[in-house]
Amino acid sequence: VLEGRGVPVTNTITLAMTVNGRPVSASGGDHFTLLRWLRDVLGVLDPKYGCGEGACGACTVLVDGDAVSSCLVLAAQAEGADIRTASGLTEADGRLNALQQSFLDHGAAQCGFCTPGMLMAATELLQPPGDLDRETIRAALHGNLCRCTGYDAIVSAIEAVARGGR
Amino acid sequence: MSSSEIRTSKLEELRVVHQSLPRQDAEEKIAGSTRYAGDFSLPGMLHARLVRSPLPSARIVRRDASPARSVPGVVAVLFGEDVPNNDIWVDVPGQTTEVAALKASMQVLATERVRFHGEPIALVVAENEDCLAEACQEVDVEFEDLPGVFDPGRALEAGAPRVHDGSNLLAEWNIDQGDIDAAFARADVVVEGDYETQLVDHAYLEPECGVAWLDDTGVINIRVATQVIEHYRDVARILGVPESQVRVIGPYVGGGFGGKKDMTVEPYLGVAVARTRRPVRMAWTRAESLTARAKRHRMHMRYRSAASADGTLLAHDVDITTDAGAYAYLSALVLLYAAVHASGPYRTEALRLRSRTVYTNNTPASAMRGFGGMQVVFGYESQMDRLAQALGMKPEEIRKRNALSRGDELPVGQRIDTEVLLAETIDAVIERAGPRPAPSGPGTAAGRGMASNLQSYGRLVWLNDAASAWLGFELDGSLTVRCGVPDVGGGQVASLGQIASEILGTDPGLVTVHFGDSARTPLAGTTTATRQLLMSGNAVHDAAVAVREGIIRAVADETGQDPESLSISAEGVVGIDATVPIKEALAICRRRDVPIEALATFHGPKGGEVGRELRSDRIFPDFTFGTHLADVEVDLDTGQVRILRYVASHDVGRAINPQSVEGQIAGGAVQGLGFALLEEVVLQDGVNTTGGFFQYLIPTATDVPDIETVILESGEGMGPFGARGIGEPPIGPPAAAIASAIEDAVGARPTVLPFTPERVLACIREGARSTTP
Repeated sequence: VLEGRGVPVTNTITLAMTVNGRPVSASGGDHFTLLRWLRDVLGVLDPKYGCGEGACGACTVLVDGDAVSSCLVLAAQAEGADIRTASGLTEADGRLNALQQSFLDHGAAQCGFCTPGMLMAATELLQPPGDLDRETIRAALHGNLCRCTGYDAIVSAIEAVARGGR
Repeated sequence: MSSSEIRTSKLEELRVVHQSLPRQDAEEKIAGSTRYAGDFSLPGMLHARLVRSPLPSARIVRRDASPARSVPGVVAVLFGEDVPNNDIWVDVPGQTTEVAALKASMQVLATERVRFHGEPIALVVAENEDCLAEACQEVDVEFEDLPGVFDPGRALEAGAPRVHDGSNLLAEWNIDQGDIDAAFARADVVVEGDYETQLVDHAYLEPECGVAWLDDTGVINIRVATQVIEHYRDVARILGVPESQVRVIGPYVGGGFGGKKDMTVEPYLGVAVARTRRPVRMAWTRAESLTARAKRHRMHMRYRSAASADGTLLAHDVDITTDAGAYAYLSALVLLYAAVHASGPYRTEALRLRSRTVYTNNTPASAMRGFGGMQVVFGYESQMDRLAQALGMKPEEIRKRNALSRGDELPVGQRIDTEVLLAETIDAVIERAGPRPAPSGPGTAAGRGMASNLQSYGRLVWLNDAASAWLGFELDGSLTVRCGVPDVGGGQVASLGQIASEILGTDPGLVTVHFGDSARTPLAGTTTATRQLLMSGNAVHDAAVAVREGIIRAVADETGQDPESLSISAEGVVGIDATVPIKEALAICRRRDVPIEALATFHGPKGGEVGRELRSDRIFPDFTFGTHLADVEVDLDTGQVRILRYVASHDVGRAINPQSVEGQIAGGAVQGLGFALLEEVVLQDGVNTTGGFFQYLIPTATDVPDIETVILESGEGMGPFGARGIGEPPIGPPAAAIASAIEDAVGARPTVLPFTPERVLACIREGARSTTP
């Protein structure tokens, strides 16, 4: 993906970062966005390209705990950072974490393409944990577009976790 | 919590169907492990991109690939001449000339003439994304501007620039039912209205993309985000190879809504692989998706409607023009849907309808959720409100008085042959909504509106629709289903597993459904037209019943019991005295040469092809009915509309998975609210100026309220267990319901979509004038 036969990407850079708890050092184009770095260099495929300009939130990941649109950040800016993506929420034995389970229970994923970004926006919102009303949850999700669910089920899934239940 | 409820009648005993089981696909999507079309790569994979026209109407004077070919890493720069069969032909049904059915074509890559902004001209293939981007800049194309036609209202005027060689008239449909003049002559009230809907994008989160490769048997494999894996036939035609040598694999799709019904990247991937013989990936940018992919039609409707003093709807006289854009795509069929649905879910004594779709140099329009049947809701429901006002009736009264029920005939001639709970959906939303809204303070006004609709489910009957599914027990008692259904996120695959599990008693966790592969799963047709539950659902149902009957018969013969006394459950074949475990029952079948698998094909209802003068006793399999209610608050200074409360109710026949049904209703309603208040593809003389999500606005979580749903189950649909389709129907009512609520609040009705603050302010001024003495 990164380089085809005999045509190396010019101006490469080597970056070290921690992705979903795993330290990874790799080389790629110095102009690559964090999204492209995660997907094309590291093979972390759950952050999605939806618009490339920070309008849809499908590429949302946590960088040192903050939710960012990874299509708007250069990979080089994330050097040494702790990156978390939706696939990293899943427990080591493959079980869904409480937020993911709540998404499943509430039918919060239809086509699922916005889901990894939604999960990370919600993960940020739930740090620290606390009761949240639906309006607050909706406001926190305004940068994450969903075209399938109408948002209700997503809001309910997050609300349930915020209340400490499902 | 948002609330939803389900009201059931005629419920047979069900164990798995009718349960809100978590969907297997949802679990893997939430875990972040689903491999969508864009999440797949192969060693040595190339990247492809299209060079598109920056102009809406121009002659191509010169094309030069040499500067692009000299960019290091470029493998191929291809023009239309490099495509074996560069013309894609589509049938335009019903518009029969004396020699043959009308056909329309568009080129895979334009060679001499471009007709819309974004039309593909060159296909560039390169080793990586960076040199690909550079090379695309270097493809040298010289244009000569040609006059274009951008206003569909003027496309048929004498002297209008011609988009194609012939007239700009692409297709027309007429309906003449009853004595229209007599109906108007004896009417007590007549109301008129003029309504416009806008160009709309599907705006799914996953842009069009795919990866294709040549396998070791010489078959071209295309793994693509699509609603139609059967486009392998079209790709084969373009490449000039046998259809058996192209395979399309459809992984879970990141949203479709009709936008992935027509081909997107498939022909280009096919051409690139055939040419380079290496794996190729093509992913459209959001700007390409918003600019160049076919959209939902702009529609201009004029209605004149008549009713008698008691509220009986007598007649509609309707004129519809839609903007097909630059190429035919599915415009003729979309218009046909508009015509058939144009009088809504009401008994209508007389209908005169004239409709046409015209070519322009605008972005082509094609399939989108509701497919012509949704735009007309804005027309007929606005008219119903106006009739009610003229008669001093309540909106719900006039609707219930005229509501279609079993035995009534649509103006096109089709009889409604199932029970429909339309009046019940009206009662349900009113009951749920409770007291009317009050304004929150000075400078605001509150209002309530409702709208009902009908929307067909299943394809036009003369398309001879069919879907196949294979189902078989494994030797350990688990169950495998194979069905070529594409899953666009509505639970298309999961519901098949639920149906199989219900009939065969297998634990849902032991059912695996393989889907969406033209080489390995029996073909099930398109995931469009709200047809998959009807079609593939019935195919799986029938296959499961065939397997169940075989197993029960074998066990009955083996044990000397009456087959009528046996049933099948998770434990096995259950008799009066004993249960034969499923593994043992399967062994009995093998000894007795009774198959433990079955292939079933479900055929949709039949009917003859229609002509331009529409008349048919069956044109669609059946319809889904529903009603939505909206409470809004309008800011009288800014024209901003805030939705306070939204309730939606549909008769879904039977909810196979109630949570999936709620998801379809809530999601469809919110898409409809975007249509009502926010969304518009803006073209300035054919040039798209809404090529990003900061320009093309879809609803965010803060733009919409919770959608409350009331699911009614008549048990009368044509799908498995009496289900009706629910994919498209919920997108119909929102715009009309919001228009009605705005009028209720400010005293004048918006008639042009979307209802922007500017347009709402105009209504506020008009309302103030009409109430000032």
